[in-house]
Amino acid sequence: MLRKTLLASAVAAAMVASAAHAETLRWTRSADSLTMDPHSQNEGPTHAVNHQIFDTLIYQDMDVEYQPGLATEWFVHGDDPHIWVFKIREGVTFHEGQALTADDVVFSLDRARHEHADMRGLLTSIKEVRAEDDTTVHVETHEPNPLLPNNLTNLFIMSREWAEEHGVEEPQNYAAGEETHAVRNANGTGPFRVVSREPDVRTVFERNDDYWGIDHYPMEITALIFTPIESAATRVAALLSGEVDLLQETPVQDIERLANAPGLKNEQGAENRTIFLGVDLASAELRSADTDDNPFADRRVREAIDLAVDQGTIRTAVMRGNAQPAGMIAPPFVNGYSAELDQVIPSDLVRANELMAEAGYGDGFRVSLQCPNDRYVNDEQICQAVVSMLSRIGITVDLIAQTRSLHFAELARGEYDFYMLGWGVPTMDSEYVFNYLYHTKEGDRGSWNFTGYSDERVDELTVAMGQETDEETRNEMISEAWQIVHDEIVYIPIHHQMLTWSMRDDIDFKVQSENTPHFKYLKFND
Amino acid sequence: MNQDVKTTDTVPVAPPPPSRLRTFLASDIVYSWQRQPVVIIATLVTLTMFAGALFAPWIAPQNPFDPRQLELIDAFTPPLTTSDFTGNFYLLGSDSQGRDVFSAILYGSRISLLVGFAAVLFALALGTALGLMAGFRGGWRDALIMRIADVQLTFPSILMALLIFGVIRGFLPRSMHAEVAIIVLIVAIGLSDWVQYARAVRGATMVEKGKEYVQAARVIGLPDHRILFQHILPNVMRPVLVIGTIGLALAIIAEATLSFLGVGMPATQPSLGTLIRVGQDYMFSGEWWILLFPGVALLLLALSVNLLGDWLRDVLNPKLR
Repeated sequence: MLRKTLLASAVAAAMVASAAHAETLRWTRSADSLTMDPHSQNEGPTHAVNHQIFDTLIYQDMDVEYQPGLATEWFVHGDDPHIWVFKIREGVTFHEGQALTADDVVFSLDRARHEHADMRGLLTSIKEVRAEDDTTVHVETHEPNPLLPNNLTNLFIMSREWAEEHGVEEPQNYAAGEETHAVRNANGTGPFRVVSREPDVRTVFERNDDYWGIDHYPMEITALIFTPIESAATRVAALLSGEVDLLQETPVQDIERLANAPGLKNEQGAENRTIFLGVDLASAELRSADTDDNPFADRRVREAIDLAVDQGTIRTAVMRGNAQPAGMIAPPFVNGYSAELDQVIPSDLVRANELMAEAGYGDGFRVSLQCPNDRYVNDEQICQAVVSMLSRIGITVDLIAQTRSLHFAELARGEYDFYMLGWGVPTMDSEYVFNYLYHTKEGDRGSWNFTGYSDERVDELTVAMGQETDEETRNEMISEAWQIVHDEIVYIPIHHQMLTWSMRDDIDFKVQSENTPHFKYLKFND
Repeated sequence: MNQDVKTTDTVPVAPPPPSRLRTFLASDIVYSWQRQPVVIIATLVTLTMFAGALFAPWIAPQNPFDPRQLELIDAFTPPLTTSDFTGNFYLLGSDSQGRDVFSAILYGSRISLLVGFAAVLFALALGTALGLMAGFRGGWRDALIMRIADVQLTFPSILMALLIFGVIRGFLPRSMHAEVAIIVLIVAIGLSDWVQYARAVRGATMVEKGKEYVQAARVIGLPDHRILFQHILPNVMRPVLVIGTIGLALAIIAEATLSFLGVGMPATQPSLGTLIRVGQDYMFSGEWWILLFPGVALLLLALSVNLLGDWLRDVLNPKLR
């Protein structure tokens, strides 16, 4: 009873204190978070929601600069280059009252390395995580890993006590459709706490007035309401009618309209995301094709597809200029980017048809293409354009476009012959791309490599680039690896995405190239 | 008439019976049709759209289902414009894939009408058969069929169609979905719609089976199936045909709704509903023609078929006049 009264008075006091800045922000984008389990999925919209609720040791702010989160300091141990030392912020409490200790950090990093955790791919170099005392964590790696802090920017810290209380010590097995307490409930240390959540409908957050950074950040939003709206037109209508205040993925066809709408504005920038097509190039026989072999296994067929796909026309007709045609799966600001490899091969149907004939598929073949229809900018439209372009080299494509939760779950089960995927590089280093997309799919590595591609040299280089401390040698390894996968045409890159957020013009908020808004930075202009 | 009455040569020959066409032209139906301009317009619109759908391959400048014929570079060409890139002329503009909207409407209404007719036929055949059985046999068969019908009636038919569509698709391999989409749609809409036919036929059958001619047929020992199909069926078909005409408009709308929701025809073989779904993304961006023309086409088609159905019901069912 006493506790209740205290709580009530605390709430009342908080309300008085914040009355002057009582601001609600209604936020929409095309897709909801897949799960609130912080380690189960390594996926953009999921991280975007979790970044409001949880903290990471280190995070990338709105300018994608590395900033201290729950770690106040991090450095390589003076005596042992295998050990990274993290000093944990003091006086931080979780939303449900538990105090943050170094042990919670150890628990979270261990949990994220569980086999069900999609985040484990970022932590392959870790041998052991230890709490030295209440505020110091030592992370020991197998080999010296200069990039470890970059890999922790989406690694959310949970409370061990809470996880044990609710039986969620292990991450949710997303591919198997498992439901746990952590899927719909979250207890973080972040700037907002969850008030209610209806997946795919509405999630309501309120400001965490006990946030450790309440005085460091603007924190002007008191209530945050997230309503994902899949349909592009409905999303834009919601902003135009004032039903929402901020629209995260403005449909490219509506950018101009919103720029001219009174009371609204657009913020634009390059996104850290490359859209590409993947093929199963290893199976003996494709599942959906009408051939009894695997045409994609032949490099000439992959080259023909690359030649037939006209990235320039997709840019002008489908993206209205809001994309940069790509030749590699890394945007220009990522370490290892090469302008030469990013060159798009000009479309050449004559040569493409010759290659198809040489490969023995002069009469073409039939195959299914799997696409999300609510994840990337105009994803389904791009796939339709690809269907049309490939029909000109005799490949009949059955397009299956579906919502991204189905798309990713089926992709994760390895059921696709031909698919679309987008990839961002939160670590800003090519090693991340090789680790997830090119390394042989085994153990913790290659978990998003659904092509079956396996090359000994690339595997070797991938592991080595995670350990090499000499920058020059390391960059040579990266460029060698890029050259190999480029020559092999493992994937068919389409473009680097451009990003547009639209919002009320009294909102002061810039685009973040990870497409991850940190609402604690949002300000309202008076 | 007594066969024994003799006719003499002096009796003048009776005038020949009027031709069928004449009988038809002099009938109530034609009289009523001529008197209602709305119905005349509806007929003309329906016939035009039927003809357009039927002859689409010869009329349409492009086959929108053949990806080889789409020019992506021509995407979003406004109506009545010749493309700067390919020199193609787009009467009603082109959509986001460079699909000619006019051709897409012709081919799309083809799908809409095909699905509409086939679904109605399917529902009509199923509903009539079950209704006849329920009404004629009665007993547990009647109870079973009518309770299933009652349960199904409590759900909106579009929900039933969605459910059936999902279940059927669940059993089919992914790669077959695009190929069999049209058949799945027909079955889903047909199965969601048989109830009203069954109810109408059952009621009529129960009335008919007590009438003298059925009694007479029974007395002379005709088998049940003969009584059912040769005596009762022709007499219960009239209400069914009227429901069927109105049902056609509903089936067309049901197909458009499913495709609009993204579960019907795939975007690579668009029906009118798919075209509207694709077009609505461009509602605010100035490319109004992608949404407007398919929408108007669907409206005209559904409205005129519905008006014809209403009119037919009034004419054939004097009690409602």
